Amino acid sequence: MNEMIKVGMADYKVCPYPEAITTLGLGSCVGIALYDPVSRVAGLAHVMLPDSTKISNNRNKAKFADTGITGLVEAMVESGAVKRRLVAKIAGGAQMFAFSRQSDMMKIGLRNVEATKMKLRELGIAVLAEDIGDNYGRTIEFHSASGELKVKSVGRPPKSI
Amino acid sequence: MPKVDLDNMDSVYFDVLKEIGNIGAGNATTALAKLLNMRIDMKIPKVAMTGFDQLTSVVCSEEEIVVGIYLLLEGDVAGSMMFLLKEASAHRLADQLMGREKPAGNTFSAMDLSALQEAGNIIAGAYLSSLSALTNLTITASVPYISIDMAGAILSVPAIEFGKTGDKALLIETCISAKMMISGYFILIPELASYDRILEALGL
Repeated sequence: MNEMIKVGMADYKVCPYPEAITTLGLGSCVGIALYDPVSRVAGLAHVMLPDSTKISNNRNKAKFADTGITGLVEAMVESGAVKRRLVAKIAGGAQMFAFSRQSDMMKIGLRNVEATKMKLRELGIAVLAEDIGDNYGRTIEFHSASGELKVKSVGRPPKSI
Repeated sequence: MPKVDLDNMDSVYFDVLKEIGNIGAGNATTALAKLLNMRIDMKIPKVAMTGFDQLTSVVCSEEEIVVGIYLLLEGDVAGSMMFLLKEASAHRLADQLMGREKPAGNTFSAMDLSALQEAGNIIAGAYLSSLSALTNLTITASVPYISIDMAGAILSVPAIEFGKTGDKALLIETCISAKMMISGYFILIPELASYDRILEALGL
């Protein structure tokens, strides 16, 4: 197999069949793998913040859950995916540091997950599986041939969801 | 409008922030040397504005395990600060702090973590008090929080903070070396308004 397509922080990319796509070291960010099981076009977004409308400097669409998901869907449709067939698997949204005081800033992982789910619901995209929250980082790989999302963490056995 | 725009930083401001990083890291190194009672050399810090997609790769690869000590800042300068050690450096520092002759191995005990956290606190405190003395601004830091995980995951925390105001992060990399190599990185993450306050306090 060719080397996997790599998605960075605040980035999204389309993954044509039968390639695989990965993003490394998700912390409080959320990784959103979208997949059209018929055309087998896949895509992966790595978003950092929940809401583009709350921030004035929002030129980088891939940074936010709302605009990042919309952007990825558009890019996948251009590559032959059909929007109403898309399904999602999501991972990440951890809280990396155990803060004693809880404010919004510290619950960013949770807010990213909520915003992601809200946007997916709005677009009518079902979340088939998730591995979210907790306090550890995750590396994820999405395989367009099987529709499988592999999750790797430090000191934990790898999972496939 | 804030004077400082991280995505298009004026070179004068950049030099000032670089110098602040220099002084802060110098004081932090002195504090660490006192704590360990040994001579520690510091390389001239590298200060870089990096896109946060590259923030991790400046330090190491995304999946490499690092120890992050994170403090929240309040007062005239609000934001956060991170002191980052690669796993091997953290083990060496823990051995040194605990006065062990032989390396303890691959896991951190609860005592090791507590010692590292406290070292992070002292180092970050020295960094911040020099910044505070220089600018005459009040900066108070929270208790230190520690996490050991993939570099990408740890660095996502400051990256998100930078992400709220721009697409770039200010990274001050300081390599400190003792008899054994211990290298660490500082990341100072003031809120955008705090940059203005720092520069204003310095008469810019």
